[in-house]
Amino acid sequence: MKVGFFPGCSLEGSSREYHESLRAIAPALDLELCEVPDWNCCGATAAHTLNHKLALALPARILALAEQAGFTELLVPCSACLARLASTRDELTRNEALRREISAVIELPYAGTTRVLSVLDVLLTCARDGLKDRVRHPFAHKVACYYGCYLTRPARLAPCRRTEDPQEMDELMRAVGAEPIDWAFKVECCGAGLSVSRLETVAELSGRILADAAERGAEAIVVACPMCHTNLDLRRDAILRRRGTNWRLPVLYVSQVIGLALGLNERTLGLHRHHVPVRFPAAVTRQPMEVGAGRSASDGSGAAQRES
Amino acid sequence: MSHPPSTNAPATLADRVAEATGESVFRCYQCGKCAAGCPLAAEMDYEPNQILRLLQLNLPGTEEEVLGSLAIWLCLTCETCAARCPQEVDLPRIMDYLRQESLQTGQAHPKAKDILAFHQAFLESIRKNGRLHEVGLISSYKLKTWHLLQDVGVAPKLLARGKLSLLPHGIAERGKVARIFEKCADTATTPTEKGAAP
Repeated sequence: MKVGFFPGCSLEGSSREYHESLRAIAPALDLELCEVPDWNCCGATAAHTLNHKLALALPARILALAEQAGFTELLVPCSACLARLASTRDELTRNEALRREISAVIELPYAGTTRVLSVLDVLLTCARDGLKDRVRHPFAHKVACYYGCYLTRPARLAPCRRTEDPQEMDELMRAVGAEPIDWAFKVECCGAGLSVSRLETVAELSGRILADAAERGAEAIVVACPMCHTNLDLRRDAILRRRGTNWRLPVLYVSQVIGLALGLNERTLGLHRHHVPVRFPAAVTRQPMEVGAGRSASDGSGAAQRES
Repeated sequence: MSHPPSTNAPATLADRVAEATGESVFRCYQCGKCAAGCPLAAEMDYEPNQILRLLQLNLPGTEEEVLGSLAIWLCLTCETCAARCPQEVDLPRIMDYLRQESLQTGQAHPKAKDILAFHQAFLESIRKNGRLHEVGLISSYKLKTWHLLQDVGVAPKLLARGKLSLLPHGIAERGKVARIFEKCADTATTPTEKGAAP
């Protein structure tokens, strides 16, 4: 499957392991990611908070470039970018005068023909297309599938069907051998854009999410959004300070879990870039019959490999 | 319930909201579901449904209460309220409008200054490079707020993991992005070449 690809700014910087792991699993899934040429930032929360017109124009330029490149579908792995692009497309489709106005602002024709897809849309298509058969090392762990805000809301535009209890990521995780837990914070907000300007607020909101996942026995939290990852992983110390606990459960991108199940090297998947160490090297996810050395690998070799 | 049309009197804030967003605050019947699900309601001076109530009432001083509230700046646009509202009021869209008018009229709550500084630093970075440059964003935020030592522990962690690039990844047509900013310019809210917003 050939699909247009808009990585977005986070995937070039603080969430580059999301990008790396997507690129790493793509060939195994027969997925060709064609990047939008010369893409710009979608404007994120800052633009729609401060200037509505700008919040339409910035995503519209991306969509127009994708259209120009001939992409009928555009994969947007960052949930925040996804929401901006989907909302823009929706508003400009419903308001012809506004579409013309924004097209003039961006100095590009924009018809609205390119559909926006989330990482769950694309990966689920692959999963239903035989991902299961390619799993070499089932990720046999309990995972908390964390969707956050924009994979489920606004409900009209979001990729997930059930707003309060989405199932798409759970289905994907089951396809690679994981056991998704039943928990209460799937769609709660992590604090998102306040990560810098109000860290304590983020520590509180992300802390509640982490607490529920940890207390229900999750071995990892799985996400599909750079902001969720930053707040649960990079901001872990602030969370633990606030709650006075020592939860070490790692936070993995969906693409990293799939990569491990496909047997890809943890470095290729960017696991060494996480703040909270990830203890699921491909070696320990192997079925017992395949590894002579057994489970001792989980303590020593995995960590050593990461540091090398 | 519908609000009386006021032909001569200046439009109320509720009218301006309706004009800009197409949303009528009068649909809200105060069930409080938005406040119950709002992750930040506990930190807000007015809970989301109270903001709508103030807009409905339109008594002397209520406009200033709304535009000067901290609540409108704490709203994360997580969309939980909109997903659960039985009347389908698009509260996040209303909040966006309120923030913009609050800023344009110089009424932003003093405690919102860090949040505002962050958003403005973010937009400045995009205007200059076309894409977000995280190092530039954080340095510019620190200079705006004087929180010079905040997150000094995070930068080395990011650097060690290869997640920080000291130089921006500018795009080829960054001039075009800067022109988009000029065309959408609203000096109160958006940085332009001539100078950043206050």
